[in-house]
Amino acid sequence: MVLSGAAYAKPPEPTEAEVHPEAELQPREYRAVVSARRRRRERVIEGLLFLSASGSVVTTALVIIILLEEALQFFRKVPLSTFLTDTQWTPLFYDKHYGILPLVAGTFLTSGIAMLVALPVGLAVAVYLSEFARPATRSIIKPLMELLAGIPTVVYGYIALLMVTPFLQRLLPDVAGFNALSAGIVMGLMILPLVVSLAEDALYGIPTSLRDAAYALGATRLQMVWRVLLPAAAGGISAAFILALSRAVGETMIVAIAAGQVPNLTLDPRNSVETMTAFIVQVSLGDTPHGTMEYRTIFAVGAALFALTSAMNALSLYLKGRFGRFGQ
Amino acid sequence: MKSRSTPDTLFAVVALFFVTLSMLFLLLTLGSVLLDGWPRLDIGFLTGYPSRVATRAGLLPALVGSLALGVLVIVIAVPVGVASAIYLEEYAPRNWATKFIEFNMANLAAVPSIIFGLLGLQLFARYLGLGRGLLAGALTLCMLVLPVIIISSREAIRAVPRSIRDSSLALGASNLQTVWHQVLPVAFPGILTGSILALSRAIGETAPLVALGALTYVPFLPSGLLSEFTALPIQIFNWISRPQEAFHVNAAAGIAVLLVLLLTLNSAAIILRARLQRKLTL
Repeated sequence: MVLSGAAYAKPPEPTEAEVHPEAELQPREYRAVVSARRRRRERVIEGLLFLSASGSVVTTALVIIILLEEALQFFRKVPLSTFLTDTQWTPLFYDKHYGILPLVAGTFLTSGIAMLVALPVGLAVAVYLSEFARPATRSIIKPLMELLAGIPTVVYGYIALLMVTPFLQRLLPDVAGFNALSAGIVMGLMILPLVVSLAEDALYGIPTSLRDAAYALGATRLQMVWRVLLPAAAGGISAAFILALSRAVGETMIVAIAAGQVPNLTLDPRNSVETMTAFIVQVSLGDTPHGTMEYRTIFAVGAALFALTSAMNALSLYLKGRFGRFGQ
Repeated sequence: MKSRSTPDTLFAVVALFFVTLSMLFLLLTLGSVLLDGWPRLDIGFLTGYPSRVATRAGLLPALVGSLALGVLVIVIAVPVGVASAIYLEEYAPRNWATKFIEFNMANLAAVPSIIFGLLGLQLFARYLGLGRGLLAGALTLCMLVLPVIIISSREAIRAVPRSIRDSSLALGASNLQTVWHQVLPVAFPGILTGSILALSRAIGETAPLVALGALTYVPFLPSGLLSEFTALPIQIFNWISRPQEAFHVNAAAGIAVLLVLLLTLNSAAIILRARLQRKLTL
């Protein structure tokens, strides 16, 4: 079953050949006895298959090229230092400022709140599913998690804007109609299945011998988890957290709908903020002709977003490899 | 192993509490959305066109757009995805090139969806001259769901027992014949499920299509592959963005339609897989 985790950089299960390398030859290592004509035809088809597979490399290359092409045009007019340090983002107004900080602040404010919601709960649920739950309970909770993950983000956006925000406005003072808090909370809920799935995978990789050793020394289940399991799985779990953060940073619809469309450099979640992704949506909805500065800004922001998420994904892979399995 | 320690049971209770809380939240909010939208659902709504007047607005172009996109994505992405999976599982040598391909695939799976929209905007809409049309939108969505199809197809192919491959090769079949006549039929249920799940992901996506330039106010049906279009999530987004309460009701009804569509797709995936797997087990 393709779990929510599988779609986000989860490496494939090891093949039988990797687990048992001493076993039989792979099929391709046989030299099948076929006619030359068939062999030629099959070579062609193999070539086509290879082309399909290498599509992923081509796509990545295309993404980088296309983002850079327009972004570099942008940076010819706006120096990188201004882009990174100016505290105002007003490319669509008369007085143009091109500092990305307000957008980055908006992104991290909403994502930060989402992490506060999803990480503790997600880790707790993952530990519960992995160590405590009975198979019957697991078989109910896992499909429910998958259901949560399958809901389109527009629906979450609707919930955030039209249900959570009014509720928060009754609960707290000075909550704006568009605010980072609603978007963050709902985004946390959306990311929860991903955290659970990835964390569970990390825990699954820890050999049972470690658990058994802890039990043999008299630990309770919780003591085993806290003192042995989590430290051993620290690499995988932190990788999971970073990946979830990367997903939150890249999320578009929930924040475009509920967080606002006015860039705002603030730490107060009750305010309206605009994220990098929401800005791209905002400009795309309007009629922005190609070749204008406004058009190029979405690529500049897009490039920044891509760089940010790629860095986080790379960090996640590094953490998984370096502190990988046993934390030793 | 039953634990006699209180902190253990306390933790289990807390964890279960969180799970139930999130599920309850989801149930309540979704239920509320569906309740809001239900009265608005009628034939007029489902067959009407968008309008400035909320009570006359309809969903037809969005429905047609989503269905057209879905068909195109299936037709384009599934063959390419399955072909990639076949190559990676059956042919690729374990060298750096393969590792590089897999690394790229994993990376792409983690790229924000809106970036694919920007890619589609420059590559498909502008350079390939497809404009803001259906084909451009479908191709953009294909790039998005391809990693999903490839990963699930690979798992399905990997699950085929080695004995089937071995016996086919022992009888003198070539690699390709083995794959086409033996491996793929057995892996088919898994591939089908993966494709349907990828399809539901594609149908629910809004951001890449918005970045591509799919319009939010489309009072006409798409007439061809280059025609401008809208899709269900985009129409919902448009209605949510309007201040009038009546449009929010429309959005809720649209959400109901979208969720029913996705539920049908996912149930079909599960049922089909169960039935096909039963047929294939000897």
